Amino acid sequence: MKTLASDTQALITALHRILPSSAVLSDAEDLRPYECDGLSAYRELPLAVCLPETVEQVRAVLRVCHDMNVPVVARGAGTGLSGGALPLANGVVLSLAKFMRILEVDPANRIARVQPGVRNLAISQAAAPYGLYYAPDPSSQIACTIGGNVAENSGGVHCLKYGLTVHNVLGLKVLTMDGELLEIGGAALDAPGYDLLALMTGSEGLLGVIVEVTVKLLPKPERAQVVLAAFDDVVKAGEAVGSIIGAGIVPGGLEMMDNLAIRAAEDFIHAGYPVDAAAILLCEVDGANEEVSDQILKVREILKQAGATEVRTARGEAERLKFWAGRKAAFPAVGRISPDYYCMDGTIPRKRLSEVLSRIAELSKEYGLPVANVFHAGDGNLHPLILYDANKPGELERTEEFGGKILDLCVAVGGTITGEHGVGMEKIGQMCHQFAPAELTQFHAVKHAFDPQGLLNPGKAVPTLHRCAEFGAMHVHGGKLSHPELERF
Amino acid sequence: MTPDTDISAALQANLLEAIAQGSPVQIVSGGSKTFYGRAPQGEPLSVTGHRGVISYEPTELVITARAGTRLADVEALLAEHNQMLPFEPPHFTGNATLGGAIATGLSGPRRPYAGSARDFVLGIKVLTGKGEILSFGGQVMKNVAGFDVSRFMAGSLGTLGILLEISLKVLPRPESEQTLLFECSALEAIQRMNAWAGQPLPLSGAVFDGGRLYLRLSGSTAALNAAREKLGGELFADGPAFWRDARDHTCTFFQGDAPLWRVSVPAATPPLDLPGEWLIDWGGAQRWLKTSCAPATIRELTAKAGGHATLFRGGDRQGAVFHPLPPALMALHRRLKAAFDPHGILNLGRMYSDL
Repeated sequence: MKTLASDTQALITALHRILPSSAVLSDAEDLRPYECDGLSAYRELPLAVCLPETVEQVRAVLRVCHDMNVPVVARGAGTGLSGGALPLANGVVLSLAKFMRILEVDPANRIARVQPGVRNLAISQAAAPYGLYYAPDPSSQIACTIGGNVAENSGGVHCLKYGLTVHNVLGLKVLTMDGELLEIGGAALDAPGYDLLALMTGSEGLLGVIVEVTVKLLPKPERAQVVLAAFDDVVKAGEAVGSIIGAGIVPGGLEMMDNLAIRAAEDFIHAGYPVDAAAILLCEVDGANEEVSDQILKVREILKQAGATEVRTARGEAERLKFWAGRKAAFPAVGRISPDYYCMDGTIPRKRLSEVLSRIAELSKEYGLPVANVFHAGDGNLHPLILYDANKPGELERTEEFGGKILDLCVAVGGTITGEHGVGMEKIGQMCHQFAPAELTQFHAVKHAFDPQGLLNPGKAVPTLHRCAEFGAMHVHGGKLSHPELERF
Repeated sequence: MTPDTDISAALQANLLEAIAQGSPVQIVSGGSKTFYGRAPQGEPLSVTGHRGVISYEPTELVITARAGTRLADVEALLAEHNQMLPFEPPHFTGNATLGGAIATGLSGPRRPYAGSARDFVLGIKVLTGKGEILSFGGQVMKNVAGFDVSRFMAGSLGTLGILLEISLKVLPRPESEQTLLFECSALEAIQRMNAWAGQPLPLSGAVFDGGRLYLRLSGSTAALNAAREKLGGELFADGPAFWRDARDHTCTFFQGDAPLWRVSVPAATPPLDLPGEWLIDWGGAQRWLKTSCAPATIRELTAKAGGHATLFRGGDRQGAVFHPLPPALMALHRRLKAAFDPHGILNLGRMYSDL
């Protein structure tokens, strides 16, 4: 459905009436920077981009769009990796980039109240003078905003011990599509009524527009220490992870990289990684000084028993940061060795790791596309990076097909299609594999309770049943199609 | 342990019958928290027969069990593998079930340091008010596919659906625990609890009761000894019994018939000027008040402090037990209730009179 040109003009006129002229963009060249988020394979120009700077202005934009029946896509820094902030051709992009103020750091209650456009890392920087920090640390934390983190329920490398965004947010102020301001949670540990914080976190801009966030701050651990272990076999590395956790240790970070990822990172960062290893594990323990000393000894012992060919404890903070620098630069490092790469985000039960990696290796051969695997091993979140060249005709399509098979595999072993990047536009088809029509219908009912007109980021995150039918990916249980009454294409 | 049984088909048939009759249903389980919420209405439908651990993988840190499984059985199994439910759910009279723990969303003294009941929910299978059995979330730590309906169910008091199966993240039990004791005033206790919580100390409980601050430490023995050096205080020998009593409301403070209020405020809030007796838990974030003071006064002062108050036990169970919501939020609650329970028959009025 394309909005008519006269309607577009009326919309832009209405937006200019409520916002300063510099806060409404509608010329194609001004819209261009907003055509995609971090998933640049998907691009679309919106009708307009709005850059409000007060809650009243956001409300006014929403009311205009509500009254004119125009879809709205909220956007933070645009670092998302699933096309969640991809514009809609018949819609408006609502940028929260000007909401950059840290409203309050309350060290006694260990909370910070911030506007949605505040960068993730800026919160920890503001809390640092009090010995506090904000725990979730997605790899884009220098650039990504807290509003986007809440919308996507972002993770990072410390989730096993410190949780995802949903575990670290206490309160939200949210505008609904009809301009109603809701206060959800606050500075206390809980709130009366339903747990709307849980619903809002990770709702990918489908339920409301976040205009303020209250986050929990934690004391910085007294000490952190990392061990690097090399393995000649990825299966052994995977088993070592289970042994560490089985021994009662919950590492602050537990990461695994396979050989291709190790070599790419080492070429780029010179972290001192063993480039001959089939896999490396980085295991960081943090906490009280004495506890860390105890656990490092145990971890070293477990790694050796698990068959590590080399176990190295970082000597001092500089080497610890170097070990991590290699891991944190793994994505751009892979970007250096391939014209393009496609990052997947499935989660699997850890015990299924070896069969999943073997199957990915088989598929890699089948498709003739190399894969580097980077794995949040502690929490089972796997990021296979498929290396491809978008300039070769058909290669992107083959890459997407390969990626889709990896996600189907994650679902088949009892995992999920997305651990931390969100569904967005990218994985909308795979949602039909992960959920049966009844669950998808329930999601739509939840959306309808917040946004009855379906104007907030429509078409993302939750597929319609018709879309699933078109996608040809309906659940087939016992040979029977779940909704035989639906048309198939 | 009682034998494992799966009665989901029977529960579904019963619920469909109730939907057809338009007859409200009151979900019952172990009965340890019948006192909680507004007075139950409707025909009792028991889930206690729906029990048993479905899967438990100690190295994956995940357990999945049916809702009617006794909490004590779940915890005993975890303890065999040196693991625990980190949110320390209250058992109260002892027959508490996993379903009840998640449906009420209540957590014990470890909550401010480890997380709440809902924080540990990974997935659920639920029989909604439409009579459908749906699954959300899963058995993995990180999962952002679809709205987080599993955690949304925690604390919804059975008003949206009947929980059938629950997957939870579990954690290793700490190597050792110690309880330290300090004599001080309520104000000093709140200040100390919060100052300590802002430092990298191995805290796992902080309660103030009767002029005494009880502090629990969890971790390696070496770490606990080092923390004690910093904190001072007196070593309290009867720690495990004390924390169990605080969790289950079996200590002296909770005896008697006066209405018991649960006051949830930002942790560092100074003592509230309300008449009655106080027990402060959760490092200041959860305070218990025994009082006959007017509900409106309690709610006004609590709201002013940025919190909310629940008439936890006793008092008028027909009235407003939970803190009233602003109109726009209440309207959203009604729409969400209708999205899961369109016939309005599940635990009607248990949370708010018209939900």
